[in-house]
Amino acid sequence: MFAYAGKILRVNLTTGKVSTEPLSEEMAKSYIGGIGLGIRLLMDNSKPGTDPFDPSNPIIFATGPLSGTMGPTAGNGYAVVSKSPATGGVGEAKAHGFFGPDLKRAGYDAVIITGKADKLSYLWIDDDNVKIMNAEHMTGKSPYETDMQIREELDDYYIRVSAIGEAGEKLCRIACIINDEFRAIGRTGMGAVMGSKNLKAVAVRGTKDVNVADMEGFKEFVKLLHERMKGPATKKYKTLGTPENVLVLNSLAALATRNFSQATFEGAEKVSGEYLNEHFVKKIVGCATCGMRCDHIAVVPEGPYKGATSRLEFECLWSMGPLCGVDRLDAIIEAMRTVNEYGLDGISIGVVVAFAMDCYEHGVITKEQADGIDLSFGNAEALLAIIHKIGKREGWLGNALAEGVAKAAEIIGGDAYKYANHIKGLELPGYDLRTLKTAALGFSVSFRGACHLRNGAYSPDVKGKVNRFKIEKGRGKMIVPDGHIYNVIDSLIVCKFSRGTYYDGLKDLANYYTLATGIPITAEELDKNGERIENLARIFNIREGKGTREYDTLPWKIKNTPVPDEGPAKGAVVNDEEFQVGLDDYYEARGWTMEGVPTVEKLNELNLGEYASIVKGGKA
Amino acid sequence: MVRPQDRKFVSSDPEKCIGCCVCEYACSMTNENTFNPTKSRIRALRLGPINNLAVTCRHCEDPACVAACPRDALSQEEDTGIIMVDEEACNGCAWCISACPFGAMMMHPDKKVVFTCNSCKDQEDGPQCVKWCPEEALTFVTAQQLAQKSRISAVKNLFQEVKEKKSEAK
Repeated sequence: MFAYAGKILRVNLTTGKVSTEPLSEEMAKSYIGGIGLGIRLLMDNSKPGTDPFDPSNPIIFATGPLSGTMGPTAGNGYAVVSKSPATGGVGEAKAHGFFGPDLKRAGYDAVIITGKADKLSYLWIDDDNVKIMNAEHMTGKSPYETDMQIREELDDYYIRVSAIGEAGEKLCRIACIINDEFRAIGRTGMGAVMGSKNLKAVAVRGTKDVNVADMEGFKEFVKLLHERMKGPATKKYKTLGTPENVLVLNSLAALATRNFSQATFEGAEKVSGEYLNEHFVKKIVGCATCGMRCDHIAVVPEGPYKGATSRLEFECLWSMGPLCGVDRLDAIIEAMRTVNEYGLDGISIGVVVAFAMDCYEHGVITKEQADGIDLSFGNAEALLAIIHKIGKREGWLGNALAEGVAKAAEIIGGDAYKYANHIKGLELPGYDLRTLKTAALGFSVSFRGACHLRNGAYSPDVKGKVNRFKIEKGRGKMIVPDGHIYNVIDSLIVCKFSRGTYYDGLKDLANYYTLATGIPITAEELDKNGERIENLARIFNIREGKGTREYDTLPWKIKNTPVPDEGPAKGAVVNDEEFQVGLDDYYEARGWTMEGVPTVEKLNELNLGEYASIVKGGKA
Repeated sequence: MVRPQDRKFVSSDPEKCIGCCVCEYACSMTNENTFNPTKSRIRALRLGPINNLAVTCRHCEDPACVAACPRDALSQEEDTGIIMVDEEACNGCAWCISACPFGAMMMHPDKKVVFTCNSCKDQEDGPQCVKWCPEEALTFVTAQQLAQKSRISAVKNLFQEVKEKKSEAK
């Protein structure tokens, strides 16, 4: 096989056993790589009902077929898949940067890690030599400090490291994994799974060749992508970056503010992409092989947070800014820096803090319970103070919040559940679902919980292609094709910022895949792969008791508190009737039962017949 | 007599370089027909998020690598300044690697002899890293051109500052 390494690495941290096995061409073609291959390996290497923190829960690092090639954005990705401690279902996230290609060059399409090391350790993958190394002296260090220390100890600056911080070590369910200083395997608590295995980091040095099937054809295609990346399809990411969304969403009354209390933010100008770029962005840098650079590196030039440096994207800016009522970018950049230091999911952390602030404002938690911190909305110092407490799991509240909003609401009790903005246990990203109702439906059915990146359902709302204040029949069907494309994108692991450069959609991606791997594939087959991955993830969730209709829900506030802001959005709320219409429509379009369970026929059609027992035993 | 204004080498602009390593991939593709940065004649380095630079052979006027070689395996091409490696003579002792102040001389992972940038002399359109660089951070230039460029931008900045100061004074 070309482009693929053709090999899977297995490491058991309990026994120290290391082995390899081949990746079959059939598996490669059916699941592509990245999250597709990762979810399949998760399904086949875990027992139903395993606790995410049990040593037997595998954590899988997977590259994509294009990782290690010159494919712009595609050459530099990796995915991590495991059972999520946040949702209890499929956990997965991708990151770009420089780590993925080295893992491929070391000779692996995937690494399956099980067991638990007897002390804090890191995995050192040096081509064919794989060792479990002591990391006790790195306890409490940030991912970046860990990265630099490992490079220094192994004495090679070009070693790439994917590491957790203190939050992961302490099993915060919102902990992430970070490579290359700012690049995060952000969502679904993958950092906590690493922590549960006493696995501080994976370090890799890959020196082998990565060859493509048709070098000339591949080169020409990459040249074409480079040209397209200079054009309008990527302009947003190369100029203001995703923080451009602040004013766009604010104008649509879709910028969730103060924990979804309002849908517009009076401080939006001060935290806008325009303001950020003018006052804080020092340079825009790029990942390995990227032809379009997007990493807006912000540095605070003066004041109490002088020198604070971080990459900053819309989602995290929103979660720690408008959502917490904070209108100071210097504090938001410092918060982002702190979040990277602990290794926390930058979306979830803001939603968690906003939840605590909402509870505090409503008297559900007291100042004493918050260790004397005044958790009023807009208090930037409080935001920073509570992040430290969560990252360290310090105090009663810090400990509760480290569990994520769903579990924290249970611990806090009373009315706290009303302020917990999550779906399936994963905190909401930055879109007010009351005024973006296609997104509401799309987020609710996402297999990894609240997520804008599982089907891009916010897009028709934001672009004005539909009436965004209403869910009607047909809306469920509408989000199905993009769900497949997004699964393919995350399995090839091309960057979503580049999605506009594949002018012919799946046809372009199929061509890309075949030029690299030599495996013929059509756009239709790729679409089928996307559908297969969607269904496999769904039945994994069903197997774990988290995959049926009652889990496709929306947060209490989205359903019960109408938007108060004056204007066309006033009064918007998702009522149950329209939501159920949307779910029915979506399940029907997917060929699932009205319980949201794939039928045996559907599984057979997708070559997933071997898993039929899962749906037969379910509510179908 | 070859004049300094005749010898070109690949230079990277630290203001423009974003550390994306496209140059490394373009180099290994062109010269090795594979994707492998460890076989690239140019290496990008990121020291912290802001500080990125790609580094390769600068075809020094008095190259330390050539002087250091105990086996006369290295020589400098008169016209171009390119460092030529006699792969039969080289035994991989790495003296030249120690001598090069830029880390532009490297050990080839397969051949176990040293290799460095030859300005893609066999390519019609010159160094391929320069062609591929998405940020136009790489240029194929002479020392004279580099000096000129710096001079022009320094003077421009100076006059800009003078202008601003004048307008502030007003």
